[in-house]
Amino acid sequence: MQLHEEVLQVLLIGIANGAIVALVALGYTLVYGIIELINFAHGDVFMLGTMTALTLITWITSTFGVRNPLHLPPPLLVLSIVGMLIVAAMVCATINVLIERIAYRRLRNAPRLAPLISAIGMSFILINVGLIWKSPRQLNFPDVIPRIDIFQDIFGIKTGLLLTVKDVIVVALAVPLMIGLQLFVQRTRLGKAMRATAQDRDAASMMGIDINLTIALTFLIGGLLAGAAGSIYGMYNNSAYFLQGFRNGLYAFTAAVMGGIGNIQGAFLGGMLIGIIAAVSDRLLDPRWTEAVVFALLVVVLIFKPTGLLGEETTERA
Amino acid sequence: MSTAAAKPASKSRLRRNGQTPGTVFRNAFLVTFLILLAIYPLLDRSLGFGKMGSFPAILIYTLLALGLNIVVGFAGLLDLGYAAFFAIGGYTAAFLTSPISPLAPYFQTNFYVAMTLSFITAATFGVILGAPTLRLRGDYLAIVTLAFGEIVPRVFLNLDKWTYGSKGMNPIGRPAIPELIDGQIAVREITNSNQLEWYYVIFIVGCLSVFAIYRLANSRIGRAWMAMREDELAASAMGIDLVQTKLLAFAMGASFSGFAGSLWASMLQVIDPFQFDFTISIVVLSMIILGGIGNLWGVIFGAVVLGFYDRILTQDATNWIHSFAQAVQLPVVTDLLLQVDLSQFKYMIFGVALVILMVTRPEGIFPNRQRAAELHAEGPEGLDQLGEDALVDRTLGGVRA
Repeated sequence: MQLHEEVLQVLLIGIANGAIVALVALGYTLVYGIIELINFAHGDVFMLGTMTALTLITWITSTFGVRNPLHLPPPLLVLSIVGMLIVAAMVCATINVLIERIAYRRLRNAPRLAPLISAIGMSFILINVGLIWKSPRQLNFPDVIPRIDIFQDIFGIKTGLLLTVKDVIVVALAVPLMIGLQLFVQRTRLGKAMRATAQDRDAASMMGIDINLTIALTFLIGGLLAGAAGSIYGMYNNSAYFLQGFRNGLYAFTAAVMGGIGNIQGAFLGGMLIGIIAAVSDRLLDPRWTEAVVFALLVVVLIFKPTGLLGEETTERA
Repeated sequence: MSTAAAKPASKSRLRRNGQTPGTVFRNAFLVTFLILLAIYPLLDRSLGFGKMGSFPAILIYTLLALGLNIVVGFAGLLDLGYAAFFAIGGYTAAFLTSPISPLAPYFQTNFYVAMTLSFITAATFGVILGAPTLRLRGDYLAIVTLAFGEIVPRVFLNLDKWTYGSKGMNPIGRPAIPELIDGQIAVREITNSNQLEWYYVIFIVGCLSVFAIYRLANSRIGRAWMAMREDELAASAMGIDLVQTKLLAFAMGASFSGFAGSLWASMLQVIDPFQFDFTISIVVLSMIILGGIGNLWGVIFGAVVLGFYDRILTQDATNWIHSFAQAVQLPVVTDLLLQVDLSQFKYMIFGVALVILMVTRPEGIFPNRQRAAELHAEGPEGLDQLGEDALVDRTLGGVRA
């Protein structure tokens, strides 16, 4: 493998992982933008998304009596992937809205640390739900996308570069979701209500915006994205683990802060950067140091540039 | 932010030195509780509980809770990476006393020196982490400490050339205690199995810590911490150096965690990175929030109760359910009950406790008075609608002294 191929390969891995991180980061950024809370449980909602998707895919394969989802007839396979994405997204959205209702709503006017501690408690609960539901083992998420090497098998190009259909599908699923979110926030009435609530809750309320509904909607959207990200993560990495939400949640939070928390494009940019940085660290150092590298990056970013790359000063309220 | 009118109701709640019946009852309860703790080993033996084995660990958790209370309760800084300092303390002790440590050929000390050094090392790391980060806002600081808490065990895991990675380090030096043999005082090391001696060594260290923290809380520094917690702006206007005061709280908290870590490592005789994960930080946080954040006695109570739950109750309750199931011998019920394993749900309770407490009673069971007032005030600033006289008076008093 030549140097330029290697660089490209690391970039490809980084972008595919970064797309997933970005989807989770959007959940952090949306919630922080609107109620200035680090929704600590968000990563674990994402984990439950993977678990839901895994349960569904296992159920579908056993119902149709095949050993492997890839043995399903193609239309059914596509249908079950889409169904898996939608169901996981809806389950996570429901959980996220419930979390807001139970653990955060009453603390909306409390000192800043109270809802954060409540969020940590929630995260702890969800981790243990995952643990009891799916055992403490690292689970295998079956292949649902055929392993086809695009350059070699489709175009017949001889290269050391490995780009599979899986990588393309991950990005092809994640990017439209992000564009859709951006359009929703910028173009629709509800999106406008969200932006107004983020800017000034009292004023928005006086304009007739239902604050509780708008905040619940924000959690709903964050949950949808986390559920989609969870199933995409399972498909891409072929694994499901009850602690994955903790690590990926922190990665995503790092991404959100790096991009400028409260900023949707920022979360996307940050997610991609974190994905690439993690891939580079995997390659140059050792995968076992990657976590430490990303967390150290989080500390450094928070110390030197807490507003992030695209951060606006408007988030600096309170 | 405009100031709303002070509510008369909150004034009566904030009576300054008033010994209401509630306070008397509360103090009586806490004193009884401490006496029980002091004589627990006797009770355990005479009543035949057979639970001594778990108690040294519970006391170490209590030490951790006392230290974290300085940071979170007194100074109001949320530290989610507290286990990192616990790990640093434990590994310091292991490096200095274990025969397999890389330092062994050059330098070895006895346990007490190692304990002191782990105190100092943890404090140093507290300063190293705190100096750049304590300027951050509260929730960002929490996340930074959380990241630090994840990095430290991982570094100990990955540097396996020195720390033996996941295998851990073993053995580790033990504290020596004086003993009276034939009228002569001899010094010997505590053996692993002697839970009674461990209990009292940790209990004595704990009492010294409580005394130190109690004096600290009522000193000039302690009052500066609380003033800062209540209102940073007002505190700095009164001449408190915010960063320095926060740093001191952070370092003090870290150092308590550090020597608790050395006791922990020495008691278990083995140290590996998995003993110090995120769970520890959250368990200790739950302890101080349950007992009453900022209140020394409440924190001790919360720590012992949750420690008891964590170490003893889940196992026992599971056994009770199982023996009940075997006793009744019903067709379906017995099978179901025999499958119950409460230790699986053990940590879920900590999460549930945090959420319920935050939503319903954020000040904990035995609250610190000012802290409770602050948590119940409406509005993000907290100070606005209180019976201001009590609070402002105290903050000012803290600085004037």
